[in-house]
Amino acid sequence: MTRDSRPVTQDTVEQTFRTDSRRVLATLIRLLGDFDLAEEAMQEAFSAAVERWPQEGVPRNPRAWLISTGRFKAIDLLRRRARFNASLQPLADQLGDGITQPEEIEEEGVQDDRLRLIFTCCHPALPPDAQVALTLREVCGLTTEEIARAFLAPAPTLAQRIVRAKAKIKVAKIPYQVPARTDLPERLASVLQVIYLVFNEGYSASSGASLTRHDLSAEAIRLGRLLGELLPEPEAMGLLALMLLHESRRETRTSPDGELVLLDEQDRTRWNRELIDEGVALVERSMRCRQFGPFTLQAAIAAIHAEAASAETTDWAEIVGLYDVLLRADPSPVVELNRAAAVAMRDGPAAGLTLIDGILARGDLQDYQLAHAARAELCRRLGQTSDSVASYRRALSLTLQEPQRRFIEKRLSELAKS
Amino acid sequence: MKYLCLIYENEKSWESMPQSDAEGIMNEYFAFTEDIRKSGKYVAGEALQPTPTATTVRVRNGKISTTDGPFVETKEQLGGFYLIDAKDLNDAIQVAARIPSARLGGIEVRPVVDFSAEASKREESAGAKA
Repeated sequence: MTRDSRPVTQDTVEQTFRTDSRRVLATLIRLLGDFDLAEEAMQEAFSAAVERWPQEGVPRNPRAWLISTGRFKAIDLLRRRARFNASLQPLADQLGDGITQPEEIEEEGVQDDRLRLIFTCCHPALPPDAQVALTLREVCGLTTEEIARAFLAPAPTLAQRIVRAKAKIKVAKIPYQVPARTDLPERLASVLQVIYLVFNEGYSASSGASLTRHDLSAEAIRLGRLLGELLPEPEAMGLLALMLLHESRRETRTSPDGELVLLDEQDRTRWNRELIDEGVALVERSMRCRQFGPFTLQAAIAAIHAEAASAETTDWAEIVGLYDVLLRADPSPVVELNRAAAVAMRDGPAAGLTLIDGILARGDLQDYQLAHAARAELCRRLGQTSDSVASYRRALSLTLQEPQRRFIEKRLSELAKS
Repeated sequence: MKYLCLIYENEKSWESMPQSDAEGIMNEYFAFTEDIRKSGKYVAGEALQPTPTATTVRVRNGKISTTDGPFVETKEQLGGFYLIDAKDLNDAIQVAARIPSARLGGIEVRPVVDFSAEASKREESAGAKA
């Protein structure tokens, strides 16, 4: 094997670990048919790299070297275990047969392995919270402790979730494959849901003092980019666009002292133009495919906001139109609420209030904080002070986030003065 | 790999159904069963009499206690099953989705324990201790 002569340090191995460890793992899971064995084999392969690369030089194709080494390490592990359990011997022999040299490990299969890993971690037969935990652990390479911190959950709970999910993959025999074309819409929806959940958890923490947890959003965008690259389906592009457009406003969503700033009061000159341009281009690409769905439509709405110079000059008629299409594609009371807010901007607060009261009367969003906050805001604009105060109080009783509490309390004290 | 597909549906919906609809569904069942027999995935399958005919038996302190009805009351009841031999869970899901009652109720897909594999695992732990 030819080796190049660049100086080898610990850094090269660490660098390779950062860029390639997930790809190596994804392929080892396919070759070995077992998540835990693949994880162990990958760790041993990197340990071997730390020992051998400084003396032997960095291999020409480091990733293929790691995969091949990992496979040999797995066979060793199985043979050692076979001393105690004879039933593992055939498996070890089978893995040893037809073993490939590093040069023979092809790139195309390796690309597919990452998609296989994503679809397996997000299999709808796994509980949603386990899909999220497993994806962050296996696809993103976060440690169990990091995931636990991000979701404000105890580490043992997270660890157990992951162990159970891996056990189900093995026992129920969830296959390691990219779904067939006919299953793709349902299976892709499950993957997109996981990515969006991770993003939202980072973008708007559901409880606690901080409004945003940047790492999770960044991780979700990384996942979205990876998926878009591996599988450029319209809705995958739509989701990535939606996340980028939300992300472009991150800096302006809170004031320097941590207060919540609503969309119409944000400093639009500080929105991230680069992210907006990328997001808008993705929305346009997805809409051209004509097979777009709810994520693309939400991204299209976000794009109109992103390109408007102010709340007043926003094309509210276009936004209401997009919400109409979205309601047909994916009916939900939350979408109805957002549409009502857009109608209030297009036709005035009274029109929006009628719609919100209709939704609340059906009882759908009685415990949804944002429905009461939106109602309070429209009543305030109409000068209906006592109704506004009542709705803000109801919203306050439902909110767990510190910045949102402070925002509502500020509005309440302003109303008390008026 | 074997999976048991448990068919759950509201048995009352069968009572209120026009007879022609019920016959239509039964014909779908016959066609489906025939189809999975041909594909080699069929192992066994039966339809059950409704839950008012069920009896639950418990033995406590050596004494038999018998009560009427199913073990747990639910909105949807176990109405029948198929035992199938599928390649993996995705394959089993494809088969379960074609069971006519999947449209009316739900099909619970459960992997069946392979006792020969379980036995070798026990040998392993016994060997590790030795």
